[in-house]
Order: sequence, then C-alpha cells, then structure tokens
Amino acid sequence: MAEAKAPAYDNASALGRALNWVDERFPLTVLWKSQVAEYYAPKNFNFWYFFGSLALLVLVNQIVTGIFLTMNYKPDATLAFASVEYIMREVPWGWLIRYMHSTGASAFFIVVYLHMLRGIMYGSYRKPRELTWLFGVGIFLTLMGEAFFGYLLPWGQMSFWGAQVIVNLFGAIPVIGPDLAVWIRGDYVVSDATLNRFFALHVIAFPLVLIGLVAAHLIALHETGSNNPDGVEIKKIKDPKTGHPKDGIPFHPYYTVKDIFGAAIFLILFSVILFFAPELGGYFLEHNNFIPADPLKTPPHIAPVWYFTPFYSILRATTEAVIPILAVAVVVLAVMTVLTIRSKTWKMIVLGGAAVAIVGLFTLDAKLWGVVLMGVSVLAFAALPWLDRSPVKSIRYKGPIFKTMLALFILSFLVLGYLGILPPTPGRTLVAQVFMFVYFAFFFLMPWYSAMDSWKPVPERVTG
Amino acid sequence: MSTSTTVNNAPEPAPEVDTARRRNLIVGTAVVGGAFGAAAAWPFLASFAPSERAKAAGAPVEADLSALEPGQMMTVEWRGVPVWIINRTKAQLEGLATDTKLLADPDSKRSVQPPDASNATRSIKPEYGVMVGICTHLGCSPVSRFEPGDAAGMGGDWPGGFLCPCHGSKFDLAGRVFANMPAPDNLVVPPYKYLSDTKILIGEETKGA
Repeated sequence: MAEAKAPAYDNASALGRALNWVDERFPLTVLWKSQVAEYYAPKNFNFWYFFGSLALLVLVNQIVTGIFLTMNYKPDATLAFASVEYIMREVPWGWLIRYMHSTGASAFFIVVYLHMLRGIMYGSYRKPRELTWLFGVGIFLTLMGEAFFGYLLPWGQMSFWGAQVIVNLFGAIPVIGPDLAVWIRGDYVVSDATLNRFFALHVIAFPLVLIGLVAAHLIALHETGSNNPDGVEIKKIKDPKTGHPKDGIPFHPYYTVKDIFGAAIFLILFSVILFFAPELGGYFLEHNNFIPADPLKTPPHIAPVWYFTPFYSILRATTEAVIPILAVAVVVLAVMTVLTIRSKTWKMIVLGGAAVAIVGLFTLDAKLWGVVLMGVSVLAFAALPWLDRSPVKSIRYKGPIFKTMLALFILSFLVLGYLGILPPTPGRTLVAQVFMFVYFAFFFLMPWYSAMDSWKPVPERVTG
Repeated sequence: MSTSTTVNNAPEPAPEVDTARRRNLIVGTAVVGGAFGAAAAWPFLASFAPSERAKAAGAPVEADLSALEPGQMMTVEWRGVPVWIINRTKAQLEGLATDTKLLADPDSKRSVQPPDASNATRSIKPEYGVMVGICTHLGCSPVSRFEPGDAAGMGGDWPGGFLCPCHGSKFDLAGRVFANMPAPDNLVVPPYKYLSDTKILIGEETKGA
C-alpha cells in the first residue's frame, strides 16, 4: 500500500477537500503536475511547435463532428449519397458540421505534414525519441486509412473509383492478391458490403487505434522530454536547487497559453476556408464527388485527394521503363551498404535481400513494384532514426549537404503531389520518375551523406 | 516439508519452487490460450468474405446486338462491372492485324478469354468484340478513343481503341494492352455465347467450346 501523503490542497475550502478526496483515490494532482503543470519543456520552442497541439485540436474536431454526422448519415449504397445531401440541405446546421469534417480532414494532413517536417528539421526522431517518432508514423498510417475509408462514405464518383483503385492495389500482391482484394471489399466489386464495412472501420475501429496511438505518442514524449530547435538535451543541465532543467519552463501556463494563441490563428484560417471555400476549388472535396457513384463509368480524370497525391505519383511513375534503373539503384545501395557495415551476418542478409529484389524486379509486374514503392515511400519515415548518422540533431548545426537534401526532398514531395493531381502525360510521368528518385535518395542515401556532411558544434544550452 | 511443532515467530521458510515445472505450466497455458485466442479470431476474419447473397448475385445477362451499328459500342452491366460490346468496322478489324507491333501481348497468351475467343480478334464473331471494361491495372473503366491517328490526341500511330483515364494505359479495339503501360494484361473477355445471330448471353460459355 502506498504511504499516506500530505494532502495537496487546503482542507479549509470545499474545493480543496474535494480534490484531496479524489487524490486519495485517483492520481489527479500527480498526473496534472507530471504531465502539464510541472512538465518542463524547452524554453526555445518556435512557430513549428504549434502543430502538435493543433493536430490534437483537429482530432477533437473530427471526432465531435463525426459523431454528429453519423446521426444522419446512412451507410447503405442506395441511401448514402442522398443522406449526405440531406445533411447538407435539410439538417439544421448540417452543412456546417459536414464541412467542418471534410475541411478538417485536409487540415489534419496539413498540420501533420508540418509537424513531421518539424521533426525532420530538428532531429526529433533521434535517440532517445525513436519510439515517439514510431508512434507518430503509426498515427500517420492510421490517419491515411481513416481518410481513405471516410472518402468512400459519400458514395460519389470519386469515392467509388478511388476505393476501386486503392483496393485493387492489394490485388497486385502475387498469389494472394486477388483473393485479398475480394476479402477487403466483401464482394467482387466495390459495393454496399464495402461501404458498410468502411463505415464501421471509419467511425469506430480506426478512431480507437488513433486515440491509443496518440496516447502512446504523448506518453513516450513526456518520458524523454521534448526536443527543441537546437537539438540540445535540456535534462543534462538542471538547477541544483529545484532539480528542474535550467532551460525548461512548465508546459502550463507557458505553452498552454502559447498554444491557445496558435489555435486562435489556426481557427481563423480554418474558418476562412470553411465559410468561403469549403471545397477549395476541388482540392478538399473533388467536383466529381458530387455525382453519385456509377460502377459502369469512370470519371474522365480521377485523382486522390491532395494529401495522398505525392505517394500516388510514385505509384503511377513506376512503369516498365524505370525497372532497370531501380535494379541499378538496388545494386548500388547493396554494395554501398556491404562496404559500410561490419557484421558478416548483415552483409549476407543485405546481399541476399538485394538478389531477391533484383530477381523480383525482372520477373514480377511493374504494377506490383509501383505498389511496393508507394508503400516504401510512406514507411521510409519510420527508418529515419536509424538512417541519420549525423553527430548533431538539429538542422541549425547540420551542414550544407543535409540542408540541400532536405530542400530537394521538400521540392520532390511538392512536385510529386502536384503531378498526382494532374492527368498523366509522357512528359509528366518522366518528371515524376526523376523526382521519385530524389524522394528516395533523401532517405536511402542518408546514412552516407549525413555522416560525410560537415557540422557545427552544438552549444551546451539552448540559444533561444 | 516442515515438521516442526515449536511455535516460531520467524517467517515460514519458502517451500522449494520447481521453476522448471512452473515454466512448463506457464508455457503450456499460454500456448493453449493463444491457440483458442487465434481460433476465436477466425470467425471475425472470415466474416469479411463475400456473403452468400453477394456470391449468388452473379447471374448471366442477355444483350441484344440488333441495334448496334458498325463502329458503335454498348455497355451492359454484368456482376456489377461494365461489359462492352463493340461492333467493329472492316477498317477497324484490319487495324487489329497491323497494330500488333505496338502491343505487349498481341497473341493474348497471358490474358483471360474463353477458348472460342482465343483468336486474333479475341471474339467469337470477328466483328463483335465483347470485353470487361475494367482496366487490368487498378480497375478503372477506360474511355473510348475510336478515332485513329493523332485526332484523338493519342499520337500519330494510334490505331483507335481505349485510354484508361486513371493511369494512362492504352488498349486497342480487341482490348489488347499497349507495351510499356501500367496495365500488365489485356482486358478480360468474359465467358459469353450466342443465343441467336444478334443476341448474346454474358456469363456462360458456349458448350464444348
């Protein structure tokens, strides 16, 4: 049994007595102090540190608006499209709740992409925060699934054909693929069964996973403490009297107030989109999705919503023509890896893996490799903690090579994203192919360029 | 075991623990429990498979070709997918013989078609092409670009055919895919048979074909 502790609050007041009563039964004050009021965060957080709390804000927005949407939405292929229009036209304030949800989806990805970029710039994925980063990648993957399931629900043309294409990606897997695609759809075509199960996954299964991962992300973060723009570990220098980091300030009130300011700015921008351009010219809600799903007719141009297009471009860019180049890239990477690592076992594993990949590249369809590369382009983020060999964390102290590679990566992400929105032409496919290699170079050449790059000495204390 | 009868305030000495037995019991319990857990997951995973109703919904459909003029195409729905029927003109049929150098699989060796449509036109009767209008890449429905040549914006050597709007795969008028396209295979020719000169049944093969 725990030792009885001195009550935290004055028993003279009713509120104090109530809080003491709770504290004896549930660690309310302990949690509040350890996670908020006495969670010491570096004092030099800048603009980029808004996006974590904003992601949480958008998550709450999605959950609350989503709950209210389910009260009028019907997950039935014959009723779904009309029920969304019913929400838009006849349910009081239904248009607002629906647009908050659909605009919120795009806002979620904007915030999350900026949050991830922050982590990459300041090396927040580096030791000891690898698990925080991995939980974050898990959140990103879950969010992609959540967005994909949600996009089918209005049962418009883009909903239907988007789901058709993405489910068929699984059909590209050798041997089990076609059966797997049928299993996911629950039918031989995207149908009512598919809609109904995507609804279940969208409103309960994935949100539960998402909330669990967000909790794990925050628990891991609060265990190691936050990184900062200097990449300095503030826990190394503590005030001998208080035991708190000299460069740390309590999350509450300092960062709660700062984040509320950030939330206010965000909500202003969010409202501008929400009230003046909720479809954002077809980027947040595509025009074709206002046409009911027609299984016999694909719209003349289909594209995923903007937040998937960088990865979708990589899928499209993987044609027969790039297979030989991919094979060369695999060989070069394998040779470089074998020359770099010492472990004999790992050398054999790398060579074996490369050999399997080469054989596969020339025997299996390019279609499969498009799917594989798209998967790799998303999952590569998870490897960052182990790819970065720079002695310093933050971009402030890294050298010109890393800065150039990061700039090229951002450029390739944007170009691929833009090309993914447009219909394919031979010229555009070629550009996408070039930027696809730039995208992958950022990740897979990192062990070498980050180690050979110059760096500046990191100060003992944060620089503000 | 202790046989002491004297009253003693000291804690009883711990009985000897058979750690090997304990470990075996823990492993055994975990394996049996895990097996039941895995077995319990099966009904849930299996419930994702198509229902009996979905499986039964694949009845064959009839199509009447009498109103289909040469050069025209019609679409019928079969098992929830579009099936195209094209009445190909003489010129278009000649194009099928000359475009083979542009194709990935001109002889349809690795493609799906019923035995009596395993020929140069991929059809039972040369003029009537019947195919599933779903791209073998990722399942979009291609759009028709029947006009040969550059008029359709498809390049000078375009023989007329179909373009997939999603990822740009091109097919000729027999549903054969062009080389170096995202789609790996020719369009599927469904099983079908002629009920009369101008009526076909999609979903059933000609007996003994």
